[in-house]
Amino acid sequence: MSEKTRIIDTDKVVIRFSGDSGDGMQLAGTIFSNLSAVFGNEISTFPDYPAEIRAPQGTLGGVSGFQVHLGKRIYTPGDKCDVLVAMNPAALKTNVKFVKPNTIIIFDEDSFTESDLKKADYKTLDPFAELGLSNVQKVAVPVETMVKSSLADMGMDNKAILRSKNMFALGLVCWLFNRPMEHAMEMLKNKFGKKPSILDANIKVLTDGYNYGNNIHATVSTYRIEGESSEKGYYMDINGNKATALGLVAAAEKAGIPLFLGSYPITPATDILHELSKLKALGVKTVQAEDEIAGICTAIGASFAGNLAATSTSGPGLALKSEALGLAVMAEIPLVVVDVQRGGPSTGLPTKTEQTDLLQALYGRNGESPLVVMAASTPTDCFDMAFTASKIALEYMTPVILLTDAFIGNGSSAWRIPDMGRYPEIRIPYVKDEHKEGWKPYRRHESTNVRYKAIPGMEDFMHRLGGLEKDFHTSAISTNPENHEHMTQVRQDKIDHVANNIPLLNVMGNPDADTLVVGWGGTFGHLYSAVEELNQSGHPVAFAHFRFISPMPKNAEEVLRRYKKVIVAELNNGQFASFLRGKVPGVNIAQINQMQAQPFQVSEIVEDVIKLMEK
Amino acid sequence: METKYTAKDYKSDQYVRWCPGCGDHAVVNTLQKAMAEIGVAPHNTVVVSGIGCSSRLPYYMNTYGFHTIHGRGLAIATGVKTARPELSVWAVTGDGDCLAIGGNHFIHAVRRNVDINILLLNNKIYGLTKGQYSPTSDRGAVTKSSPFGTVEEPFVPAELTMGARGMFFARAIDVDLQTSKEVMVAAAHHAGASVVEILQNCVIFNDGIHKYVSDKEYRAERSIVLEHGKPMIFGAKRDKGLILEGLNLRVVTIGENGITENDLLVHDATTMDNLLHCKLAMMGVDNDMPVAFGVIRSVEAPVYDQEVEQQIKDVQAKKPERTLQDLLMAGEIWEVK
Repeated sequence: MSEKTRIIDTDKVVIRFSGDSGDGMQLAGTIFSNLSAVFGNEISTFPDYPAEIRAPQGTLGGVSGFQVHLGKRIYTPGDKCDVLVAMNPAALKTNVKFVKPNTIIIFDEDSFTESDLKKADYKTLDPFAELGLSNVQKVAVPVETMVKSSLADMGMDNKAILRSKNMFALGLVCWLFNRPMEHAMEMLKNKFGKKPSILDANIKVLTDGYNYGNNIHATVSTYRIEGESSEKGYYMDINGNKATALGLVAAAEKAGIPLFLGSYPITPATDILHELSKLKALGVKTVQAEDEIAGICTAIGASFAGNLAATSTSGPGLALKSEALGLAVMAEIPLVVVDVQRGGPSTGLPTKTEQTDLLQALYGRNGESPLVVMAASTPTDCFDMAFTASKIALEYMTPVILLTDAFIGNGSSAWRIPDMGRYPEIRIPYVKDEHKEGWKPYRRHESTNVRYKAIPGMEDFMHRLGGLEKDFHTSAISTNPENHEHMTQVRQDKIDHVANNIPLLNVMGNPDADTLVVGWGGTFGHLYSAVEELNQSGHPVAFAHFRFISPMPKNAEEVLRRYKKVIVAELNNGQFASFLRGKVPGVNIAQINQMQAQPFQVSEIVEDVIKLMEK
Repeated sequence: METKYTAKDYKSDQYVRWCPGCGDHAVVNTLQKAMAEIGVAPHNTVVVSGIGCSSRLPYYMNTYGFHTIHGRGLAIATGVKTARPELSVWAVTGDGDCLAIGGNHFIHAVRRNVDINILLLNNKIYGLTKGQYSPTSDRGAVTKSSPFGTVEEPFVPAELTMGARGMFFARAIDVDLQTSKEVMVAAAHHAGASVVEILQNCVIFNDGIHKYVSDKEYRAERSIVLEHGKPMIFGAKRDKGLILEGLNLRVVTIGENGITENDLLVHDATTMDNLLHCKLAMMGVDNDMPVAFGVIRSVEAPVYDQEVEQQIKDVQAKKPERTLQDLLMAGEIWEVK
């Protein structure tokens, strides 16, 4: 037995589990991040799914990854990893871009045979040399052999035995990070409690993996990660899509009306449909519609009938919904549209992340068609933003598009279960008795221009809505030119009023700097971390992050004009930058754009900002 | 039948803007009468439509109404009914709106068996866009967009409905107010998606398209009104009837070749097997049989909106969580003290 060479005390660490899509890497990663959260670490995770459902085993197309960043002050799942678990050569090759000097690479040497290397298109028999990985800490583990001997006496078939390989890897990682095993076992019990033989096998392999790490003569660093004393309360691990679903539920409860989701399955938004379909006990209704158009149209129908109605989709689906969105604008009907953005155009990169639907959300409809556009910034922010989107939709009688993305939708972090008593009330502008006299459906509140809401079942308030332009006074169909101009302005004015009810833009980082970094939506964590690094390394920058885009926070123009240089960083070709140039003309805007359908890397933003500051 | 409401209660104050002589005038008047007979209060009634001449109808009804977008009326009606099953939901649509741009929503609303009363006004032409052929135009129809005749096969709404597992199909013609009203009432009383095809005349772009059966001179000889439980008799002298010969329907004359009324088929609209319903509905299409009117098919089956509600009740009987807080605290959580 040898002593471990050294124990590193650190405040953050990045671990990436990777293997064949059938290797159970998502489960191993989820369990590890959850038990780290229980241990008191902040966590941020990001699953990196392959595009193919089941690519041939061992090939590059079938590699599935799960990255977790844990420790203190964690805002992203991390750039490059401190530890990479590679269950086969394909996983090693696909993830080489996440390796940095001294990364610990744990790999299953049983899966690195000549035929395995061939499947992953290696030219030589030395994968590490071929990939230029010289300065790394290699930990070769005969995972398959160990798992087979570990389960030799359990009377299981070979296939079932090999399915436990992920637990051996998990055990090893637990050893590496000094993680107690009890919580992992607890979580396995929750997952496999109904199948005792599988549970026993998993626990045995997990323990053997841990002990193996403890016993080998490995000369690698092990870690002790500082726990963060989080705010008191109950916590759970939540991804952005689930948080979005629950935010809608919370809003329906607050408003005192049922929740309805009309949706058509689309990656990466489908989990919202899955989550809400489970919540029958809470009275949530979901319709899996025949197409994207029916998804939004059933929601529009449910909204007309008085429910809080939502539809969930991604970019291609939003394109299909655009005509119906126009109807919701024209009929002034509350509706929440969640667009979990993915790489585009067309089918694009369905499992990958991007911020390329912004202009579609703002302008992708016929006619002057103003609505509210918002963007969630982190997985847990999806809850608050879905709640707020619902509140605005209901209170202002308008469709709201909430933009999230594959990164925050699938990524997760620990979430403190909120006290709903501290969330604001939602007040629906229902008609009142005094409106009965001469009731017209487009009768509006004088100052906000919000029309009053009557729903079927209310006596004396029968009315007809529709997509045709209506007369401002009589609510009858009208083609009068002046009336159309007036109604167009009224609809815009109503949306502009929303700005009175959204938070002001908060300036973070060093507010007195000359340079302002601006972001929006799901890039918050990367930009925040980059700004922190910049300020710590003697490059003063301020940081403003937009969650509300249409309308913008009331102080947005004033904030932008305060700085000599504004750098807009986004995962597209400059959509928000061009929007800002139109809204706040004359501001000196520089751009950082990435179009790789991957999240930013903090280190790259830091470099790019420094370059732009020096220009 | 005695109810609290009269047709006037369902009439809005809007000026009706269809062309003089349009068959839609008869449909809206008949619908108002039917609704009065059905007796659901105007404020508990919702009329949804898509786009097209017929889709203007909700504006003329003093109910809750929603004139939506082209082809999507049934998807929106599905949302209304699923959210609020206690409402009486009607959808008014035309052959273009329902079977071309809205074809997908039509087959799925029918398949799901959402309790919506679908009035499909079939004039075999696009009226609002001024005279193009529709998915029900006969092969060879000469229209503005088919100056040399169409080269495509039309849909037969009944056949499509039954192909989509439809449980209710009825047919009427605009000039026959009595049958129109009867099938509307029957559709409303049927739980599930009820498809009512109303053959309707477009005086401007397709005048006389249904003349074969609308003309009083020979309507009785060329059509048959089916009634559940009654023998299939037609003709001006009520001397013709239908029998089944092998798998084919055949017209016979009572009194000839020893045929009596007892030999005729008795209409059963309630059989799950739709073979005979389909045969009856296809009479007059590619054959010289009389066109069938009335309720051709009316079968009880699970209703989507009721099933959605039932499932919620069933789950609630097993799971105690009723609020988000309950739900979260029952999940995988940990406490930081």
